Amino acid sequence: MSLVNTEFIKESLNNNVRSDGRKLEDYRDIEIETGIIPQANGSARVRLGNTEVIAGVKFSVGKPYPDTANQGMFMVNGELSPISNPNYRSGPPSPESIELSRVVDRAIRESKTVNFEDLCIEEGEAAWMLSVDIYPTNADGNLFDAGVIAALLAIKNAKFPEYDAESGKVAHETRTKNGVKLQNVPVMVTIAKVGDKLLIDPTFEEESIMEARLNIATIDNGNICAMQKGGVTPVTNEELKNAVKLATSKGKELRKLINKY
Amino acid sequence: MAGKSDTPLVVKGKRIDGRKANELRKMTAEVGIIPQADGSARFTMGETVAIAGVYGPKEVLPKHQTKDDRALIRVYYSMLPFSTTDRCRPGPSRRSKEISKVMIDALEAAVITEKYPATAIEIHVQILNANAGTRTAAINAASLALANAGIEMRDLVCAVAAGKADDTVLLDLFQPEDNFGQADLPIAVMPNRNEITLVQMDGDLSSKEFDESMKLVMDSAMEIYEVQKNALIGKKENKK
Repeated sequence: MSLVNTEFIKESLNNNVRSDGRKLEDYRDIEIETGIIPQANGSARVRLGNTEVIAGVKFSVGKPYPDTANQGMFMVNGELSPISNPNYRSGPPSPESIELSRVVDRAIRESKTVNFEDLCIEEGEAAWMLSVDIYPTNADGNLFDAGVIAALLAIKNAKFPEYDAESGKVAHETRTKNGVKLQNVPVMVTIAKVGDKLLIDPTFEEESIMEARLNIATIDNGNICAMQKGGVTPVTNEELKNAVKLATSKGKELRKLINKY
Repeated sequence: MAGKSDTPLVVKGKRIDGRKANELRKMTAEVGIIPQADGSARFTMGETVAIAGVYGPKEVLPKHQTKDDRALIRVYYSMLPFSTTDRCRPGPSRRSKEISKVMIDALEAAVITEKYPATAIEIHVQILNANAGTRTAAINAASLALANAGIEMRDLVCAVAAGKADDTVLLDLFQPEDNFGQADLPIAVMPNRNEITLVQMDGDLSSKEFDESMKLVMDSAMEIYEVQKNALIGKKENKK
């Protein structure tokens, strides 16, 4: 980013104003649609301002892992596809996209919102594999939060296909009415540190000048279920506490909105 | 081309989705859907949805691929993992690499590459939902995105497949017809110049059937062009 832009963003932050006019603790407008991909078992599109993310769920059947013989499998894959931002390159997954996948995976897995025993078909033999793929179509910052909302709502939107135990085949054409029952609504709130300021829901511009990033996911009762720090600049304990406070209160607000879908 | 379906695909000239043999699926187009891109578009043909983002003209990396007299066109076609009946593995496959390659040929013909020497124009296309005809929807979206990026072009590129199912030549196959069809013939044309920029075919077609198929495609190209043109004009009118 140009120096003049960087200076402008930092200068404005001194007056607690962001380059898009938001206050430090303002979230961008959120738009949500679900069931947008007929071929997917479940899907959702989330917009945070200009950021747009699509998540799709596909079910398949596999053998459970030996150490969790009575549980299904769960996998999140995210890709920073170059269609969404001029700075992203195609090719093997970048560390950033692997991080996105794993952070979103963690938020959902650790919230225990999916009871993985519900995904078991026959102990030790067959279980559902729940694959969530997250694709940004326009990456203007904070893919983490958008990714968690999209992934969660895609799972909520999903219906199992028919499974024939005899043949071991999945009939994708036949949808059952049964879905995955969510126990919880994990919400991630991402906070960027620029100078001594903490900003919620950073844009791509803000991400490119931020010194550190904190992803904090909370569950219904306000507990934290996942965290991640990014960036080489350290944060103080106080900053971290403030960030958690911010993430919890903002998460509560967001949860109300997410629960409508 | 898996051969015969258990149930008939064409009954008394009507297809199972109610279309006539020479009828396109419902199309929609919209440009400017990816603000980060220099140009972008969404193009849908029935349930098939393609989005395209154009970045460039920009610096060529790696540098040795630079063409001093014209622009280098790159196409990255991909199907998202959830776009198909069974999840498809993300990342480039042999199929997607081939389609990217033929898309370069199909689109480069329309771009006046000499206007942008020593640059790269990158076109990324993703299939969000696949219901046959993904490469043609991809070309329609990509051509629109190029125009939306303000890149000088000779014409828009319009693409659609013809094919054969139940021994009948059909325009714009959808999934059951593609799965159980006997032939698939994706074609891209520059309709105002009557030039064809993509021809692929697999299956079984007699030369008469081939002529019929081509006629169906050529006759419908202007219809696709109108949808693309309206999307481009609509953008200008809606501009704030």
